[in-house]
Parts: sequence; structure tokens; C-alpha cells
Amino acid sequence: MSTVKIFPLTGTFAENKDTAKIIRLDQIIPALSKGDSVILDFEKIDGVTQSFMHVLISDLIRLYGPGVIDKISFKACNETVQKIVTIVINYMQESL
Amino acid sequence: MKIHIPNSAFLGNINPFLYGFDPTQPETLELTTNKKWMSVHPIVLCMITALGIPLIQGNIRCDTLEAKSKHYLERMGLFKFLNIDSGIKIQEHELAGRFIPLTQIENSDQLSHFIQDMTPLLHLEPKQAEPIRYIMSELIRNVLEHSLSKYGAIVSAQYHDKSKTVRIGIADTGIGIYNSIKRSHYVMSDMEALQLALTPGITGTTAREGGTDYNAGAGLFFIKSIAVINRDFFVLYSGKALYKLLKRREEVVRLYADPLKDRHSKAENMPYWQGTLVGIDISLENLQQFPILLEMINKTYSKTIQERRKAQYKQPRFIP
Repeated sequence: MSTVKIFPLTGTFAENKDTAKIIRLDQIIPALSKGDSVILDFEKIDGVTQSFMHVLISDLIRLYGPGVIDKISFKACNETVQKIVTIVINYMQESL
Repeated sequence: MKIHIPNSAFLGNINPFLYGFDPTQPETLELTTNKKWMSVHPIVLCMITALGIPLIQGNIRCDTLEAKSKHYLERMGLFKFLNIDSGIKIQEHELAGRFIPLTQIENSDQLSHFIQDMTPLLHLEPKQAEPIRYIMSELIRNVLEHSLSKYGAIVSAQYHDKSKTVRIGIADTGIGIYNSIKRSHYVMSDMEALQLALTPGITGTTAREGGTDYNAGAGLFFIKSIAVINRDFFVLYSGKALYKLLKRREEVVRLYADPLKDRHSKAENMPYWQGTLVGIDISLENLQQFPILLEMINKTYSKTIQERRKAQYKQPRFIP
């Protein structure tokens, strides 16, 4: 089980897509490739953009299929973050 | 180029101002002003600044400012960007609670710093600031990623106490929405490109449903949706096309994937704007809780993609 803490990389408002891409490529994909589950920890994050979340997770769904969603846990998300995660996961599954 | 700052130009009455813009002779800018009063939306100042930044010093002329409200232009930083000595001396007030002066943002790190700094400038409660920083971030990132502008994004905002509204303007002089969208979609006109850019799941970076790993084609649809739900104005101007979302009249909120189904006005014969201008007003009195906004957007987005995919399904061919 790998945990990725988002706050130290983004601050309270996660909107930088370049940072999201780095997190995905350097931390999430290597963990998933080893067969690990991943916890994305949004503690202290009070907002994210859909663009940030898209860059963070959309390609995982495309690469590994919708089953990858079962291997990722979204920790300590406030209501706004939960909504954005849900939007991206929904439209990616609709798009497959 | 010629541009005249009138006594009033806000999103509701901005068309005459935009029609008055003369984009010919792009190596010079002649700025004239109303002699009595100037009260304008930040989009107006962003537009003038975006035009002026690429020009050589001395190629910008401005008439003598007489209106009492000329200090506003100075305070927003217009003349500093245009390298014009306005002769106006003002006392620097604390910025907080009033406005975000004209700011040029050229890269992702500058944007992140700007977003961090802007919230205290507008002196808003966290719940009020949430959609505003969201909108700013997504719109400016659009410019940085899609406009190919050499000069980045010019942004500005102002909080109007009387109407309890935050007015936001963003301008660029990049390739414009038509040239961005046509890389991946077949479009015949600026207005068709605006329509596609506002449709969820359409991005200039790919024709593929779901977008690329970096772009989903959702940003402008989200922002237009926020404006629809809150009954706010939203203006998108690129090339010769202007799309203006008008305030919703019905009580029941309906979000449409097709922006032409929303209450709107449009014009396709505008003076040519090389790049893109966006203006939005966010009324803090009507502001819905952000999670409620997102829930509504989610439903429309998913339904739209389902319908679009269904429309592409191959159908069985029945023969007698």
C-alpha cells in the first residue's frame, strides 16, 4: 500500500496540472505497476480543479481500465474534492 | 488599432464598446476616453493591456484624461503596462477588499502564485472565494495551454460592493479559439468553434472522447455552468464571434451541453480579435454552495457523454 500526500506538493488548492502529472508518473503509476494499492491523501486540501484531477487520474483509468478505481483510495477529501473526483471518474468511465 | 473607453461598459452592455474597436494598423494603438466618466468592466482594461503589451514604446497614444474616474485606470495599472505617463498621482491604498490590478501571467508557476495571492486581495469568505479561484485558475490555464500567446494571459478583477459581484476579465492575443479547436475538429467559423469549446468533452488537443491525459475539454463548460446556475453574465469573444450568456429567467435550473440552448446572445460580425477574451460576473448574493454546483455539472456532463457515445453506436442493418 503506497500513500501519496497531495498537500505538500500543491498547497491547499490543488490546481497545477504539471504537479498532477508528476505525481501520477512518479508515484502512482510505479506503485500500481508493482501491484500496490494507492491512497491519495487529500488532508489539508480545501479545493481542487477538475483539470488537476483529470491529469492525476484519467490516464490511469485509460491505461489500466475501470478496475484500477478499486485500487485507489481517496483519503480525507472534503465535499468539493469528493465531487470533483466523482465527476472525473464518471466521465472517464463513460468515455471508455 | 483604435479603442475608445466609454462612460460605461459592463458585460450586459459591452457590445457597443466592442463594435467600436478598430483592429486595423496593428502596429499602433490610439486610446481615447470619455471626458466625463469612465466606469468599465475589468475585461475592457485586460483587452487594452493585451493590445498594448506587444507594441513598441511610442506607438501607443492616449488622449488627455479628463474624467474624474481616470484614477481608476491608473490604480488598476493600465498606464504602467502601456508605458504611458498619465500624470495622475494617486495615494496607494491597501489593495485588500477591492480589486486585483492588471496582471500578466506567463507560466504555470506564476499562475499558482497568483491564485494564492488573489484570494486575500478580494477579501472574501472562503466559501465565496472557492468558485472564484476555481474560475481564475481554469481560465488562465486555458490561455497558457491553448492560446500559444507570446505574452501569456492578462487578468484583472474587481469586487463591486453595491451589487455584491466579483467581475473578472481575462485576455490573450494568441491563436484564438477557432485555430485551437480546428486542430482536432471540423469547424467552419469562429462561432462554431466557440460553441464546441463550450461543449463538455470537446478539446482542441484531440478528437477522442475523454480527451487526453492532460486535457478533458471541460473547463469552459464548468465555468459557463457556474454562471448559468448563479444567474451571472459570461462573455466569450474570439475572432469575429461573441457569445454572451444572459442571466437565466426561469426558476428551474437547466444545464445544457449545447451553449446555444442556454439563454444567450451572439454576434458573428465583430471586429476581429486576435486571441480570446473572457469576462464573467460572479454575484456573491446568488452564489450556490460549490458542491451543489458540482453535483449539477456532474449529472449534465455524464448524460452528455452517454448521449454522444450512443449517437455513435453502430446500428443493425435490417433487410427484408
